[in-house]
Amino acid sequence: MRTLILATVAAAAFTAIAAGRVSQKDSAQSGPRSGYSYLAPETQRLQEDDFANPGMLWVEQGEVLWNQPAGLSGKSCATCHGDAAQSMRTAATRYPAYSLAARHVINLEQQINRCRTTRQVASALPYESQNQLALTTFISYQARGLPMNVAIAGPAAESFRRGRTFFYLRRGQLDLSCSNCHEEHPGGHLHGETISQGQVNGFPIYRQLWQAMGSTHRMFAWCNEAVRAKPYPAGSQEYVDLELYERWRGRGLPVETPAIRR
Amino acid sequence: MPNTRVRVPNTAKAGEVVEIRAMIMHPMENGFRVDSQGTAIPVHIITDFVCSYDGAEAFRVRLEPGLSANPTFSFFIRATQSGPVDFLWQDQDGTITKASASIEVT
Repeated sequence: MRTLILATVAAAAFTAIAAGRVSQKDSAQSGPRSGYSYLAPETQRLQEDDFANPGMLWVEQGEVLWNQPAGLSGKSCATCHGDAAQSMRTAATRYPAYSLAARHVINLEQQINRCRTTRQVASALPYESQNQLALTTFISYQARGLPMNVAIAGPAAESFRRGRTFFYLRRGQLDLSCSNCHEEHPGGHLHGETISQGQVNGFPIYRQLWQAMGSTHRMFAWCNEAVRAKPYPAGSQEYVDLELYERWRGRGLPVETPAIRR
Repeated sequence: MPNTRVRVPNTAKAGEVVEIRAMIMHPMENGFRVDSQGTAIPVHIITDFVCSYDGAEAFRVRLEPGLSANPTFSFFIRATQSGPVDFLWQDQDGTITKASASIEVT
């Protein structure tokens, strides 16, 4: 009898947990939700205020770099691409994308570097360097408000599949996958932190913890370290694949660059 | 030279109280952090911020290491006559960064 009661209690508890999980999953599946919606109202206002938003410092610096000749060619980005407001309007919504020249999927940072090395005959900008962040932020900023819309068919399919696998693969000493937090528990808490869906529509972001801009890859590495996994280097194909999956996962969300995140 | 942003209204009525905003890109390194090798990162901060209106000092702040990066200031001045609004940030090593705008009083 006693065993039976225990079993019933256990079953009820299990059902409750399972129900909780399902409802949280449902909320995640009800549609992508920008990290913006998880922020405190004060932080949201900071992002909306184009003066107070510190990310705009990087946008302005990026604009200077856009018009500044670099490398042996003596060309600036603007020499070929002209007004970024027009030529780069949709760039951030499309990347990462398959590159015919590189024969694999590359992200915006890598496309900038391809332009630099092949067209400008300049050195590639190191990942997470001030100049790279500034240029990427400036270009992504041009797409502000437009829905993310990456191509995952055709030559990008293999990369997309790898990114999806990465997202669902448990890793690190904590044995957690991206999905364990960002798909199963968005809206929940890790200590004082609200767990978001882990959408990347605001990147590069001004992260208050870093007090600086950071790319998607810096965030991926940070998350990987948080589950005590060895992070991949920024710019690695693993992270580019994950970025592609993440951009697809948040498809339709407006680009928010430069977003403020905690 | 660090990137700065200032916002001053182009025009104002005489006697009107207007908001002035200023921001500078700066790490404001507080000296308590260590890098990945465990080496202490030395203090690197801006120590003074001064705003002057029409040649006279209107606002002055002494900054301390506890301030966050990219410090931004927002304050009010009373517009009395047309003139320049000058901003000056002084780094701990004496480096001075300047920005300027002007206000037209009608």
